[in-house]
Amino acid sequence: MITRRDFIRDGVAAFTVSFAAPAFLSDLALAQGVRGRNLVVVYLSGGNDALSTVIPYQDPFYYSRRPAIAIPAGQVLQIGSDRTGKTLGLHPRMTGLRDIFNEGRLAVIQRTGYTNSSRSHFQGLDIYGTADPNAPTGVGWLGRYLDTLPSPVDALAGWNATRETPRALISRLVSVPAIPDARTYSLSSPNSGAEALNERTAATRIASHVSVNRPHLSFVNGSIKGALDTLDRVGTVNTYAPSVAYPNNGFALALRTVAGSMVRGIGTKVYWVQTGGFDTHAGQGNAGGGSYANLMGTFSDGLSAFYTDLRNQGLLNDTLVLQFSEFGRRISENGSQGTDHGAAGVMMAMGGGVRGGIYGTAASLDPNAANPTLENAGNDVRYETDFRAVYSRILDGWLGANSVSLLGGDFRQGAPAII
Amino acid sequence: MPRENWPVEHVLRRGGFGPSAADLARFATVSPAAVVDHLVNYERQADDVDAKIGNADYVGVVQSGGAFSPNTNIDHARQRWLFRMAHSERPLQEKMALFWHNHFATAYSKIAGVYGAVQATKMMALKSGELPGPQGQIELFRQFALGNFRNLLVEVAKDPAMVVWLDGRTNVRARPQENFGREIMELFTFGVGNYTEADVYAAARVFTGWNLRLATAGGRNDDPNTYYEFFYNAAQHDPTEKTFTFPVSSSGSRTIPARAAADGMQDGIDLITALATHPETARRLARKLWNFFVSELEAPDPAFVEAVATEYLRGNTEMKPLVRFILQSRWFTHPDRWFGRYSWPAEFVIRSIREVGWTGFSIDSVRTPLTNMGQTLFEPPDVNGWELGLGWFSTGAMLARMNFAASLASNQRFNVARAVGGVRSSPDTLLDWFLLEKLTPAAFEFAPYRELQSYARAGIAQWTGSDAQVNAKVAGLVRLIVGAAEYQFI
Repeated sequence: MITRRDFIRDGVAAFTVSFAAPAFLSDLALAQGVRGRNLVVVYLSGGNDALSTVIPYQDPFYYSRRPAIAIPAGQVLQIGSDRTGKTLGLHPRMTGLRDIFNEGRLAVIQRTGYTNSSRSHFQGLDIYGTADPNAPTGVGWLGRYLDTLPSPVDALAGWNATRETPRALISRLVSVPAIPDARTYSLSSPNSGAEALNERTAATRIASHVSVNRPHLSFVNGSIKGALDTLDRVGTVNTYAPSVAYPNNGFALALRTVAGSMVRGIGTKVYWVQTGGFDTHAGQGNAGGGSYANLMGTFSDGLSAFYTDLRNQGLLNDTLVLQFSEFGRRISENGSQGTDHGAAGVMMAMGGGVRGGIYGTAASLDPNAANPTLENAGNDVRYETDFRAVYSRILDGWLGANSVSLLGGDFRQGAPAII
Repeated sequence: MPRENWPVEHVLRRGGFGPSAADLARFATVSPAAVVDHLVNYERQADDVDAKIGNADYVGVVQSGGAFSPNTNIDHARQRWLFRMAHSERPLQEKMALFWHNHFATAYSKIAGVYGAVQATKMMALKSGELPGPQGQIELFRQFALGNFRNLLVEVAKDPAMVVWLDGRTNVRARPQENFGREIMELFTFGVGNYTEADVYAAARVFTGWNLRLATAGGRNDDPNTYYEFFYNAAQHDPTEKTFTFPVSSSGSRTIPARAAADGMQDGIDLITALATHPETARRLARKLWNFFVSELEAPDPAFVEAVATEYLRGNTEMKPLVRFILQSRWFTHPDRWFGRYSWPAEFVIRSIREVGWTGFSIDSVRTPLTNMGQTLFEPPDVNGWELGLGWFSTGAMLARMNFAASLASNQRFNVARAVGGVRSSPDTLLDWFLLEKLTPAAFEFAPYRELQSYARAGIAQWTGSDAQVNAKVAGLVRLIVGAAEYQFI
């Protein structure tokens, strides 16, 4: 009978690798472009009401269809007009982003989306994640990008500032760490002092063992090593002293952490940051207040602090921020001063390399069923720019990747020239 | 007494949440087949686990904001379920409830967004009789843990949480809502490749009118006595015939006939019966059960899939004989299958608590770690459930597992040291006690075993076996073993 003792000591083929992990990894990070270009994806969770972000303030139907929540024309932050001459303004709480727009570093891409939006949060987010409206499961578009990086990919090539890994960052080869707060991305020990050090040394050595016969064990050991190897580098971000004061909310603090990791030269290529509360079925409010004004305050103030910090640190030209949401909302307000799930939304890009301005054309909000800029019997905004065209521009023009292979098709046609 | 009844430990890890010390003593000389019988015939064991909540002999619960209210407070509901996993005499019932929770993945937050926290918790977790209203979804899964799959599917289609989750409440005759109609085919039964978009639309029409209603007129949603119940709204049912690309009646017909709206619920019963008894549903369930009970390291053996699918159809979609068949099959019992499944976070924390100890430990303290490990109970990421297997092991999630091992080790240091008793003649003896008796990791190969030995010996000039030396080492050993890759498999 095989006893547990035999089992433990039954020397199956195995070997142990050891290497000076931190030095190796920092070399790797350097090779993969520390202080190189990075992409920060900002996800507005819940379905952002694009018509309250970028407001067609001279469209009479905007007011007739939104009597309770429309922003008065005199209060919008004017940003000019699109190529059809439609005048547009940002929400009054977006003064920070208006200033960046005026500096020519904010691109607003109107009416982004895809055909047959499910109007489901989960499916919508998954579709923006896989970049395939027909296959909302599997690896994500950014995960596929990470998979193209030369192996071995640095454990911090991707940085997810939310707890659950979004579909977009799911990859075949790279395990993107979830680091919502660098201060809690740390290793606990039941011990202290030398005992804790001995324990961490043992944990590292145990995880360095590669089991030839049990690759699944080696996979988990890879995650353990990935965590142990990144702890110290993530830890350096905790001491980051930003050049500006960030607002005190989760979104701004995540952006502050992202800026810290850039300044520390961690070498991350892709960051994911999100802020929620955009499922505004009720109590959306108008210029005077309400939930939407708060959402825009969080969004704009956070990005504005981030932008200024990066500019002060000389990192603005290395950084591209891409904002999206899973769908836009209904044009007509509902009975509870909110809006229900709709179709096309707005995307924005911000950064030192961005060609600022207004891209795409605004919808006419005339509820006539024949209105070609609307869908669903005039209830929702129809998309004009495929969101994958925006992705393709970023993959090709910013990350130096091949969008055709990563997106499974050529979406370069009609891609807005935001960079 | 070293643990040597390996086949039984394997059954208890897969069919439950791992053996406690008491289980090992109890089952020391019992055959695996008898243990399978014990697990499968769980109705023979008392259903008294909830009565143990609050008893100091068991893991603790934390009552934030007043009384422990697992029917109306979702954090308390999570604690109750975790407590049941830790201490139920019917572990397979809780294990299957977890399986169904992933299979019919429903998230609390969407329901809370519509009806508020009190009603949403009731819809997820109300225990029958404790407050007015139908039992919550997790109680349904416990009731049907090893019940009839077709009947479970009927109950799920009428489950208020599901009706909210997959938007059945907005599925009306004039504008059929496809969400549930799609998922019942894509995820709950035979899977993609077996239906068309036209089938989705027809299925949506089948379930028009399957709605819910406020049963307590005028009741406020934050009132625990208020409740919602399933309601078949005949006026919103599409009574015309529906045609599918697969048979929907035992006669082989692919058409559900036009029916008077008052009889229209039969449409749904017909479709559910057809889906539940479809051979591809049988195979898909067999594959899921392979991954859950047999192995995630090997693809489902086609012979297993055919055998289980046949058994399922012959048994009229009854789960109990099916799971018994699996747990007694050569596929399950073969030693190659031991430690062949990646533990889910809930399984990992409960197993480690059952092995390390729980006196003075609160189950509430696992909620945040579980979230960091990627498994918030009642909050699966989407209707597809969790990303199983490798999906559990991101760096952040593994860090959370290691940190949980550290906090449990820290909390239980003195209990464990006491349990060591006289087995302390050398650091190696102490280490072997953990590996041979206290904990049940998969085998450590020689090199990592030597690293554990090095840790046990480190920093001690002269081993005397004093309490101070034992106290100093036990927590680190628990942390290292429970936080090692070897412990993440069941």
